[in-house]
Amino acid sequence: MKNILTICQKEIKSYFVSPIAYALMAIYAIVSGFFSYVAVGYFLDRSIGAMAGRGGPMDVNEWVIRPVIMNVGVISLFLIPMITMRLFAEEKRSGTLELLITSPVRDYEIVVGKWLGALVMYTCILALTAVNLSVLFLFGSPDWRPIATGFAGMLLQGGCLLALGTFISNTTRNQIMAGAMTFGVSLLMWTFDWFTGFKSDAWAKVLAYLSLTAHFESFSKGVIDSKDVIFYVSVIVLGLFLTTRSLESLRWRG
Amino acid sequence: MIKVEGISKRYPGQTAVDNISFEVEKGQIVGFLGPNGAGKTTTMRILTCFMPPTSGTAHVAGFDVLAAPLEVKRRIGYLPETPPLYPEMEVAEYLHFVGKLKGLGGDQLRKRVAEVSEKCNVADVSKKLVSKLSKGYKQRVGLAQAIIHNPDVLILDEPTSGLDPKQIHETRDLIKGLAGEHTIILSTHILPEVEQICERVVIISRGKLVATDTVENLKNRMHGSHVIGLTVETEIDCRPVQEKLERVAGVSRVILKESFTGAHSFEIESLQGRRVQADLARAVVDAGWNLTELRQVSLSLEEVFLQLTATEAAA
Repeated sequence: MKNILTICQKEIKSYFVSPIAYALMAIYAIVSGFFSYVAVGYFLDRSIGAMAGRGGPMDVNEWVIRPVIMNVGVISLFLIPMITMRLFAEEKRSGTLELLITSPVRDYEIVVGKWLGALVMYTCILALTAVNLSVLFLFGSPDWRPIATGFAGMLLQGGCLLALGTFISNTTRNQIMAGAMTFGVSLLMWTFDWFTGFKSDAWAKVLAYLSLTAHFESFSKGVIDSKDVIFYVSVIVLGLFLTTRSLESLRWRG
Repeated sequence: MIKVEGISKRYPGQTAVDNISFEVEKGQIVGFLGPNGAGKTTTMRILTCFMPPTSGTAHVAGFDVLAAPLEVKRRIGYLPETPPLYPEMEVAEYLHFVGKLKGLGGDQLRKRVAEVSEKCNVADVSKKLVSKLSKGYKQRVGLAQAIIHNPDVLILDEPTSGLDPKQIHETRDLIKGLAGEHTIILSTHILPEVEQICERVVIISRGKLVATDTVENLKNRMHGSHVIGLTVETEIDCRPVQEKLERVAGVSRVILKESFTGAHSFEIESLQGRRVQADLARAVVDAGWNLTELRQVSLSLEEVFLQLTATEAAA
């Protein structure tokens, strides 16, 4: 456990002493700020309509917060590869992986430590959304519970993609390759449920089940479904397990 | 302290290390000698548990590298060929990080960081970023991280490669200073380095063990026949001089090295165990020539090395 923290700390530091952390946070702040602004804009437009007697009841949670949280998921598709691509690829190229592997730490401690470091980085980025949403509390009284579950869902979903990204970063020594592959996998995982739009056979169902979006849906509505939690946790465990294994295999393959 | 028994490392279509065995006693400095690509780094990586051998076993401080890698890693300090440094860290921060990885903590960690910084002469740059250091400093920081947990065994892969002569000198002094406390294996392809620092040599070539012995023994062993350097001053041609020397009892071969007007130098090989210096001197003086030089030619480690690896190639 101590070793995991040591490695996690080192990862967090290296994000924040380099421009990576600030660049990612700045990009995210601008994009998510724009999305939040648009969501609020639509809401205002509709509420004027509602006052004129058109449309149904207005709900900040339904019309602003949910879209914002769903959008965060989309932005994270782009940001997560940039967080994870360096994790192992960089250390392989610079030779520092040799230091980690020849230190008295277990392989899984290296893997979990790095993943945790990336998760902390991702959490810092997500925290910016909390700033955007907190503005809503100044002018209204939205329900905070769907926001809380939404954040839990974003963390779990981010954790999944980070675990997969960690694994992919360990398969190459080229950061761009790692980033590109992670992006591809993330995008596919995101859109798997499109199959169910035109197919309903077993394969479509299996692939749809693997879709990250489908499992995120309920979190954004304020529901924590154990089915979804189990899905996310198992993908995280699988990703970290695969990384540990591929770290071991590096030695056998030399 | 280190016991290697018949380790091999094979890759598809290539054998990096082929059935190597050797032992290192506690406190010794052993030089790992071989041309580039001989399998030095692979052997070291097996000892540091970076990769397992395909077959054979290795023990470090009584622990098997396959069965108890964590115990082995705790007792080994390792400096790979390129020091494993994080450019974005400060030197002291980096040493703290490595110390923690190696299981140190609290006051002990702070104390050790200060000690090794002092020992490796990096205390003056402890607040500098690693990426701003010169190559010599980087190498010393690498050495500092290897000894931070005061390991029984130090494994240094080409610790002086790429340094300038002054830095090489400093690094060698540093390594010599570490001997005694630690058992050291260092690899190199620079022979004088081995002659200067090491007590024992392990020579490998193309993945095979060629020789393992003390530096002295190894040099002597190659002196199967003694070689004597001899210079004669005389007005006559070199031919009759050479013939006269060849007739001296016990001489097996006379090679003309250099010939000027009035002086000729030869290298003379004698039969095993025969001391021919006195007879040679008498022969020269009796002929009325001047004997200006008579010396024992000793093989440098370089020649020993070339001989050993050349026989290997021929075999």
